[in-house]
Amino acid sequence: MKTILTATILTLTATGAFAASHCAAGKTLTDGTLTIATGNPAYYPWVIDDAPEAGQGFEAAVAYALAEEMGFAAENVTWVRTSFDEAIQPGAKDFDLNMQQFSITADRDRVVDFSAPYYTAPQAVMTTVEAVEGGATPTMDSLKGMKWGVVASTTALPVVMEKIQPDQSPLVYDDNANITAAMQAGQIDAALFDLPTALFTAAVLMDNGVVLGQFDPSAAESPDQFGALMLEGSALKPCVDEALAALTDSGKLAAIEAEWLQDAVGVPLIK
Amino acid sequence: MPEPRLALRGVTKSFGDVQVLHGIDLSVAPGEMVCLIGASGSGKSTLLRCMNGLEPVDDGEVRLDGVDIAEPGFDLGPVRQQIGIVFQSFNLFPHMTAYDNVALAPRRVLGEDARVRIEELFTRFGLATHISKYPDQLSGGQQQRVAVIRALAMRPHTMLFDEITSALDPELVGEVLDVLRQLRDDGMTMVLATHEMGFARELADRICFMDKGVIAEEGSPDVIFSSPTRKRTKQFLASVLR
Amino acid sequence: MSTRRAAYEARQRRRANLLAGASTLVVLGLLVLLVPLAPGWAAVKSSFFDGEIFARTFPDLARAFLINIAIFAWSVPLIMVLGLAIALARGARAPVLFPMRIFGAIYVDLFRGIPVVLLVYLVGFGIPGLGLPRPWNSPYIWGTVALVLTYSAYVAEVLRSGIESIHASQRNAAICLGLSERDTMRYVILPQAIRRVVPANMNMLVALQKDVALLSFIGPVEILRQAGIFKSLLANFTPYVVAAVIFLCVTVPATRYADYLMNRDRDART
Repeated sequence: MKTILTATILTLTATGAFAASHCAAGKTLTDGTLTIATGNPAYYPWVIDDAPEAGQGFEAAVAYALAEEMGFAAENVTWVRTSFDEAIQPGAKDFDLNMQQFSITADRDRVVDFSAPYYTAPQAVMTTVEAVEGGATPTMDSLKGMKWGVVASTTALPVVMEKIQPDQSPLVYDDNANITAAMQAGQIDAALFDLPTALFTAAVLMDNGVVLGQFDPSAAESPDQFGALMLEGSALKPCVDEALAALTDSGKLAAIEAEWLQDAVGVPLIK
Repeated sequence: MPEPRLALRGVTKSFGDVQVLHGIDLSVAPGEMVCLIGASGSGKSTLLRCMNGLEPVDDGEVRLDGVDIAEPGFDLGPVRQQIGIVFQSFNLFPHMTAYDNVALAPRRVLGEDARVRIEELFTRFGLATHISKYPDQLSGGQQQRVAVIRALAMRPHTMLFDEITSALDPELVGEVLDVLRQLRDDGMTMVLATHEMGFARELADRICFMDKGVIAEEGSPDVIFSSPTRKRTKQFLASVLR
Repeated sequence: MSTRRAAYEARQRRRANLLAGASTLVVLGLLVLLVPLAPGWAAVKSSFFDGEIFARTFPDLARAFLINIAIFAWSVPLIMVLGLAIALARGARAPVLFPMRIFGAIYVDLFRGIPVVLLVYLVGFGIPGLGLPRPWNSPYIWGTVALVLTYSAYVAEVLRSGIESIHASQRNAAICLGLSERDTMRYVILPQAIRRVVPANMNMLVALQKDVALLSFIGPVEILRQAGIFKSLLANFTPYVVAAVIFLCVTVPATRYADYLMNRDRDART
């Protein structure tokens, strides 16, 4: 038993390293280095303290696990920062991979390449203590009557419009900080985030934030899945997908998720 | 001798360091027409502007029917209804028709819709067909006549004219002087600063020759134009009448 | 009709038109021929000039532009009234009104000095954050307030320059007719001043029309935000090009009209 396990691990690492060095070699921006982009700033719990180099936080940890799987040592990973716009601009990229909670959509996939998903995000509703005291419940009827705010560059807007169909048209903002400000100014009641972001925003950025409930991701026709973004037609994509598959099979991806996104359990499902 | 309409005593006026009027004494009787002549910069214009309080005097008295209107703080509003003034550059309001130029002050100050009276004035001074035109549609002479009508519409008993023909083309001077003749016939009290020597000689009761901020010589037109006594007066008349 | 001079000038004009036409054709030709040769043209074309996306997003963007027009429409009268009040306060001569003069001066310095975006955030989130109930905390209301504060400061300065450009003789003429200071300002100075600054104010309004988009930072989904949403969903910049086209449809005629007014004003004075 023990020998089989050791053998398996040995084979896995060996094949992994071997395959990667063959697969990714010569396909990165700089030979021998994997350049990964994240947001500016990068938020908890995806990256802790806006320092991806430390490997702390879900996406930072996944990035280093991916790199290792593809045969890059931690010191051969460099980080750059991009905005959403920069990431989908036509022309050359200054990164090999870009990880900042990009939801994979068919429209986006026409312009850039996505890896296989590394996380399936339940979407969650953040609201205020006052709204809950005022009778807000995690039911569709209650959500319909709320004034919604969403971040423009996320897929939250179509979800709100199609799934919730609120009575009043939603307000739209640039980033989470503005959503927070608008909620504290009483201009919106509810905001739709991926669950980890909702939990962080409610707990850290808001004084009176509450996560009201989450949508069951398995029930959604097209669940919100995050993928690493690459240049359209990137030669690296098969290597990244292969490495992700290996991480999924080995249970390592699940372990990273359990470590960094454990708070996500215990939020009620919206009925 | 009746009480003078206007009586100036020791009027002085400076602009900054430049003293423009050096103690002016002048009386104007009701119905009298006084012409101020003299070189440019001799103080004629400033003197006129002191008479209706447009320029506050530094020292001295300006009595209107015995009341000193030069008293600092004196309310000049009523004074300006009694004394009309017309300027060299017309100063019509360009955004209003001739009629509105004239009707504004009676309406706002006297609270009076003076349409009939104003139309009569336009007719009397030959402008009936121009009453609805804007200033830039009128000739200089027509504009200046509208300016006179505008002052008359306030029913003043005294009119001040500050070289009102100087900015006009020569062929337009006559029509404006005709207006002054009519006012003279009405018995209007008038003070004119003018370069029209022929006109002054023909109509004025009295000529005042101003030089360097003082009235250097005054007298009837015949005396001033035929036998002036002061050397400066002779020099001035010689230069303008040549 | 055809004097020697006229014939010469007609010849010169024909020559000038010919040259202008030829050089324009050459420049356009080079653009059309050379730009597609650039290595990235295919990528740029598909992300900025995608015909299908243009057609698909146009109706929603045009609808969002109605919000820009609405915000613009209710801001303009407020800006003009407040700008006029500030301009008059700055010109107040009576000693009792000295505080108003100071207030006017500070107002203009302050609100011309702060970038509009900053004011939109500050007023749009800050004032409702004090605890105003709905609907009084609406971002539409407070975003409009931010625009009005900034633009009325500019308009006040424009109007003040207009008031000061009216020659003193106009004021003298009015005062000598016995008109009060108030009536002189109202009937004689202001109508002329306002007319004189129409072109400058037109340019201001064109700038305002563009700055209305800044309200999107605090929530309202106007055209630029709608374009941003489409850009995110479609991963394509064509919606911004659509928005630019819609903007140009309004701003180009407006700027041309302002230029026309300005030229007419200049011609009238010469």
